[in-house]
Amino acid sequence: MPRLTLRKFGARALHVSVLLIFTVLLAFPFYWMLIATFKQNIDLYTVENNPFIFNLPPTLDHLKLLFFETRYVRWLGNTALVGVIVVAITLVLSLPAAYALARLTGRWGQRIGIAIFLTYLVPSTLLFIPLSRVVAVLGLQDTIWSVVLVYPSFTVPFSIWLLMGFFKSIPAELEDAAMVDGLTRFGAFVKLVIPISTSGILTVVIFTFTLVTQEFVYALTFISPESQQMVGVGIPIFLVRGDVYFWGSLMAACLITSVPIALLYNMFLDRFIAGFTVGAIK
Amino acid sequence: MAVENRRLGALMFLPAVAYIVLLIGVPFVLAMMYAFSDARIGSGASLHFVGLDNFRSILQSPSFRAALRNSIVFTVVAQIIVIICSTILSIALEKPFRGRKFLRFLILLPWVAPISLGAIGWKWILDSIYSVITWVLIWLHFYKPYGAPMWLGEPHLAMASVILVHCWRLIPFSTVIMLAGLTAIPKEIPEAAAIDGAGFWRTLFQINIPMMAPIISVAVLFGTIFTFTDMTVVYILTAGGPFDSTQTLPSLAFAVGIQGSDLAAGAATSLFLVPALVLIAYFMLRAAHRAEVV
Repeated sequence: MPRLTLRKFGARALHVSVLLIFTVLLAFPFYWMLIATFKQNIDLYTVENNPFIFNLPPTLDHLKLLFFETRYVRWLGNTALVGVIVVAITLVLSLPAAYALARLTGRWGQRIGIAIFLTYLVPSTLLFIPLSRVVAVLGLQDTIWSVVLVYPSFTVPFSIWLLMGFFKSIPAELEDAAMVDGLTRFGAFVKLVIPISTSGILTVVIFTFTLVTQEFVYALTFISPESQQMVGVGIPIFLVRGDVYFWGSLMAACLITSVPIALLYNMFLDRFIAGFTVGAIK
Repeated sequence: MAVENRRLGALMFLPAVAYIVLLIGVPFVLAMMYAFSDARIGSGASLHFVGLDNFRSILQSPSFRAALRNSIVFTVVAQIIVIICSTILSIALEKPFRGRKFLRFLILLPWVAPISLGAIGWKWILDSIYSVITWVLIWLHFYKPYGAPMWLGEPHLAMASVILVHCWRLIPFSTVIMLAGLTAIPKEIPEAAAIDGAGFWRTLFQINIPMMAPIISVAVLFGTIFTFTDMTVVYILTAGGPFDSTQTLPSLAFAVGIQGSDLAAGAATSLFLVPALVLIAYFMLRAAHRAEVV
């Protein structure tokens, strides 16, 4: 028996240490952002100091600088505004499309659905050069409207894909019954299907919003003035003056921006994963 | 009825399809046209075609060769590391335990946080003077004070750093995908194997991992796309340097096409992403097709 318990203990120790090592490695940069946020500059920039502890009392200077002397709050506002508009465009385009492909178009719908999913694979790093010209021709350069125009191109395909799966799980008899009661097909979609799809819609809203905050390439390419930036470009590019990195404020901005997005995303994680793995799991 | 349905259906998906065609299809075609032209920023709307000139000149450029090689190396090495790590991690996370939800949140942070912000966090960790890694190594007496290498300043270390950050970002994503796959394996099969006397490792290698193969391939396909087409990590960490040692196709396309105003050469560079994307699309279609048939 003692050998068995020893073995059990060994397995448990292995299990715990695997989890511990990975968690520490993966979460470490965020812990590091937290430490830097509250450290005095002299403490941050003294090579001999132990970087893991506060050698001098913590300070709020970096947060003050970030909120009152940079455009950080403005970037948050820009990002929120773009997020809301892109969410609206995404819903208007993808809800009817997903419903049509799930219910109305039969085999063709299936094929178009897969084709739409494949467009999700076309990366921004392939399209940003021609799109920069399109944006310039339309006169949208250096404004947030450039990204409002372009972002739905990657939020719509994935949203259609997610919603298609969602609509397929609603029993068709529901709409049939509503249509017997005198609703048109489109009426049934608007008055019956959309209201009972709140959780699917919410998933799309959160997914779209997080994608907007995560995007970097288009925002970097289309927008140059500091005041028009999105948060994902503003922080890493504009919190650097010349070659001077304001590390304290920079890390504070990274942390404050990342954590809410991470919390939101985490709540809907299982649905996003279902979107990625459709087909591979039965 | 069926015809009516189809007409309404077409009407309902047409706006979305039109949008996708206009903002993905048209730019895609434009990218190909630019690659055969001499378009520059500010050169007006009309295109002047120059045949294969752009391809000829970029194929001779050492920067492009470095970028092509790095794109492939970074992607392949990162995928191998990611698959090994996330298989281990997903198996460790599968069984419920106290604090699992919180742990999963921490593990997921690198994936859900904006990549540009995660990358700048790493830039601080890998700083040439104040790097915490350097401090630890000096503290452990591996290096003398000020004797440690600059992580982002030496070609091989810079390449390793870029790969590290890609792995850091992708391991969480692959892990949750594999977790979804693991939970979908019917519990009876590993249990039956255990009753028949198969130990943990045998069950793992002969039952769990083979049954996870389809889901692992999904994780690899997405991971490949995310690494191969990414320019954010490189742009923020090293901007392609030192001496193009971390340049990738997307970061070079940006440097040449946008910063250098040579739209044509930039477009030609990014077109080299297409063969890999076509290959991945093919494998995805095969996976989707197989799932439908079963």
